[in-house]
Amino acid sequence: MHGWNWTGFFEYLTNGYLFQGALVTLGLTVASITLGLVLGFVIALLRMSPLKPLRWFAHFYIWLFRGTPVLVQLIIIYTGLPQIGIRFTVLESTLIGLVMNEAAYLAEIIRSGINAVPRGQSNAARAIGMKDWQIMRYIVAPQATRIIIPPLGNSVNGCLKTTSIASVISMEELLRRTQVLIQEKFMVLELFVVAALYYLIMTTAWDFVQRRIERRFGRGFDISAGH
Amino acid sequence: MTPLISLKGVDKWYGPGFQVLRGCSLDVARGEVVVVCGPSGSGKSTLIKCVNGLEPVQGGSIAIEAAEVTDPKTDMTKLRARVGMVFQHFELFPHMSVLDNLCIGPQKVMGRPRAEAEAKAMALLERVGLAAHAAKFPIQLSGGQQQRVAIARALAMDPVAMLFDEPTSALDPEMINEVLDVMVELAREGMTMIVVTHEMGFARRVADRVVFMDGGEVIEDSPKDDFFGAPKSPRAVEFLSKILQH
Repeated sequence: MHGWNWTGFFEYLTNGYLFQGALVTLGLTVASITLGLVLGFVIALLRMSPLKPLRWFAHFYIWLFRGTPVLVQLIIIYTGLPQIGIRFTVLESTLIGLVMNEAAYLAEIIRSGINAVPRGQSNAARAIGMKDWQIMRYIVAPQATRIIIPPLGNSVNGCLKTTSIASVISMEELLRRTQVLIQEKFMVLELFVVAALYYLIMTTAWDFVQRRIERRFGRGFDISAGH
Repeated sequence: MTPLISLKGVDKWYGPGFQVLRGCSLDVARGEVVVVCGPSGSGKSTLIKCVNGLEPVQGGSIAIEAAEVTDPKTDMTKLRARVGMVFQHFELFPHMSVLDNLCIGPQKVMGRPRAEAEAKAMALLERVGLAAHAAKFPIQLSGGQQQRVAIARALAMDPVAMLFDEPTSALDPEMINEVLDVMVELAREGMTMIVVTHEMGFARRVADRVVFMDGGEVIEDSPKDDFFGAPKSPRAVEFLSKILQH
């Protein structure tokens, strides 16, 4: 036992190598959520399509990716697929796994948001001659966005932490870099606490961002907010 | 002269077992105001939603300005842009200001520049007495004010006809007249209107004809004075005696 080392703790708190790892974590989260939203939106539309095979495909996709652990998905993509000649780099594997996984969850969130916009709204938009895509773009999507922000916020928070799983396929994000340092310096507790603090700072920062977005899309729904 | 709006033998089913419209026919000439009334469940709201194709029909034909609503080749978005519709529950877009509610159609559907759309919108808001509320969100307005905005939103598209689906049914009594006043003025200016309503006072003042529906059928289609003076069908007599009691 060699006790808690404050000097070491503060040194790693401002360590450039770890800080860069945190930036990678942030970058992975932004990319996974952004691409996940795009893919999730498509899956949500397929899920609500009048064509049965499309609905069935979306259902299958969501079932598959929500029903298996991200950890297993990443290992299959990075370690398993080369066996049949499909090779991805660490970064590619990480992004593919995280995006596919986020998309499955976000598709369900987006679908419930779209369904929560009253039908009368699309009728009113249709009655002034809007095309289907315009109704989605100008009337349904903005109102659905307000509804999905809280669950979307959960997804962003979850994704920030889930990126740490990519450390097992040697993705050099925050956790992986923490482990590398531990193997050199043996300050296990100090380094893991620093890593935990970095995650905490990022999730807290997201809380502030989320509140701002909620206010922005809440205009027109709360009597006191519009004045 | 060909009617502006013409429905011929319109049939509509909800599922295989339930027929909501049975051979409904109705002609509306340019400038005419037709009030459609009848007991609840008689199909009157469904009928009006079929006119601009919000509800599909299974039989018969509907034409507006010689464009067939029932023809799959008709560009429905273009047709709907020419017909204004006002809903029972207003259906203003809650995430947009009053002004934006009026501008979105002209800008996105008709491709008008923002400045032009805004000028027209302000003129219409002036007309319905709500110019001072242009920057507010719908939730900040009373029901009566929201419905007047909804009428203005429909008028912003320069419609050839206006459809009103129970425009005052969701309003508190003290707000009904402010909406009816706007509609009366519109009728007097020569707007072609189909109005589904229980407001018989409104019908007496401005309707040219009254259509009475029951059980999905058009039972009676008469000039206003004939309808109120001497309704032909016993069902219309019974309906009138119920709603005109007080």
